[in-house]
Amino acid sequence: MSAVSTGDRPGTRASRRVRLPSRAAGGHSSRAPGRPRAVGYLYVLPALVLYALFLLVPLGQTAWLSLLHWDGLTAATWAGADNYTALLTDPSLRGPFLHAIVLLLFYSALPVALGLLLASALSRFRVRGAAFFRTVLFLPQVLAMVVVGVAWRSILAPDGLLNDALRAVGLDSLTRSWLGDYTWALPSVGAVGTWVETGLCVVLFLAGAQRIPRELYEAARVDGAGPLREFFAVTLPGLRAEIAVALTLTIVAGLRNFDLIYITTSGGPGNATSVPAYEVYHRAFETNEVGAAAAMGMGLTVLIFVLTVTVSRLVEGRNR
Amino acid sequence: MTGRLERTVTYGILLLFAALSLTPVAGILSTAFGRQSSLDTGFSLPDGLNWANFADAWTRGHFGSYLSNSVLVAVAVVLVTSLLALPAAYAFGVMRFPGSGLLFYTFVLGLTLPQEALVVPLYFDLRYWQLTDTYWALILPQTAQSLAFGVFWMRSYFRSVPASVIEAARLDGASSWGTLWRVLVPMGRPAISTLVVIVFMWTWNEFLMALVMVSDEAHRTVSLGLAFFQGQHTSETALLAAASVLIALPVVIVYVVLQRRFIEGMLTGAVKE
Repeated sequence: MSAVSTGDRPGTRASRRVRLPSRAAGGHSSRAPGRPRAVGYLYVLPALVLYALFLLVPLGQTAWLSLLHWDGLTAATWAGADNYTALLTDPSLRGPFLHAIVLLLFYSALPVALGLLLASALSRFRVRGAAFFRTVLFLPQVLAMVVVGVAWRSILAPDGLLNDALRAVGLDSLTRSWLGDYTWALPSVGAVGTWVETGLCVVLFLAGAQRIPRELYEAARVDGAGPLREFFAVTLPGLRAEIAVALTLTIVAGLRNFDLIYITTSGGPGNATSVPAYEVYHRAFETNEVGAAAAMGMGLTVLIFVLTVTVSRLVEGRNR
Repeated sequence: MTGRLERTVTYGILLLFAALSLTPVAGILSTAFGRQSSLDTGFSLPDGLNWANFADAWTRGHFGSYLSNSVLVAVAVVLVTSLLALPAAYAFGVMRFPGSGLLFYTFVLGLTLPQEALVVPLYFDLRYWQLTDTYWALILPQTAQSLAFGVFWMRSYFRSVPASVIEAARLDGASSWGTLWRVLVPMGRPAISTLVVIVFMWTWNEFLMALVMVSDEAHRTVSLGLAFFQGQHTSETALLAAASVLIALPVVIVYVVLQRRFIEGMLTGAVKE
């Protein structure tokens, strides 16, 4: 093979070209990956074919279907932007998006806030058993959402653990059918999301906090900063990148989440907990509104992209 | 100096959150080992360990066959994903060819793309090809989605390999294909094992695709089986809990052993580009 040629010893032009820019750009994408090699296409091809067939093509088809009125059986008719206008005007289609935004408070904002609280508590001194706490707090992340749903459904049931606990401390008046209550079903499902995502944030922030130089804390303490000032002056700015990652991961997880809604409430009572992820399934496969389901799927995709790009822009913008 | 009070408060908060994390898990375990007749869905300590529920879930709930379906699908997805992602990531990591950047970002796109944007046409496509109610319907779409992570994750490994290693392999006369499989793959075992556990877990826990693609019982995976079981036997909480334990246990055991791999893989899923 001509690729294995002579004259490529370390220190020659070719290999210097490989290394120098990587230092200049902090190891980012500007590092020239080797020499031009058309054989690269052959390495990528098998993966690309499968990826295109089962991901890119369906994505395009969803975009196409979203422009049609189709019940999945008879001939489809052209809808143009109808399905998208309906997303904005029809309350039964707009509602799920509003629910999703409310759920993001529980899936994303609250876990990040709790994660910051726990991580800053954990990093102020050497906590014994930190590894144990990390393992336990991260555990909900590896459980199947279906299992999480089954577990929480029984906790939130009328005769479940939560109501038992409330009765035990004399708060009988607060007991209710948490998942069957029009007002409380959405926050209840949200609380399950908080339970799942908080550990992820804690673990992320703990790793980030370890990279904050100790001197910054010492300097803050010399200046007489209490825990609160220290948190806002040192910990919070130091964790900016981790906060962005945490927001991105939890937003994506929160908006994608179909399993939990399907298992715990199926969107009910009424439409109180219906979210776009659930509505796509419900419309496409239960009420035969394939076009509307596809538009909902596209809307969800756009929402995820807009939110994740906004998060990374906010963080990068401040960095510069 | 940190005061005693602060330490006590910190440990108190930590223990509270650890307890909150574990309560649902403990609830499931205690119900799973409890007696079947007990109608209480609440939290009660079981009177001894009742293995009968697991046997029942295995046979009467058919979880034995669901588990073997899930194993088959997850192993296939992990294998195909690794075999396809490694060469692609290698090319993106160490070779330069026109359009490589664009192609790479096409793969990265899949990391944030929700399944909900794919599942509707995928169902009609696979039904047209008569692949619904087959293992293929569970394996192929899942593999395509796993490739996004596989290519992204393994490329950062190949980029982290010092150029001198690749040079040395070339000087020893290794072809670029040989360099990949005989030098870089053995060296990259930590990164690859992260890929394996993450893709395995995602496939094992996957629910929406299975729900849409499979309607016959013969191809049901564990999460699908659990959902149907919950729908049909709402009152059999002990069996439901035992089945949940059977589903969660394999992943939890691997998680406890290979915790670092899980955490690093799941936290890098966020694209920082």
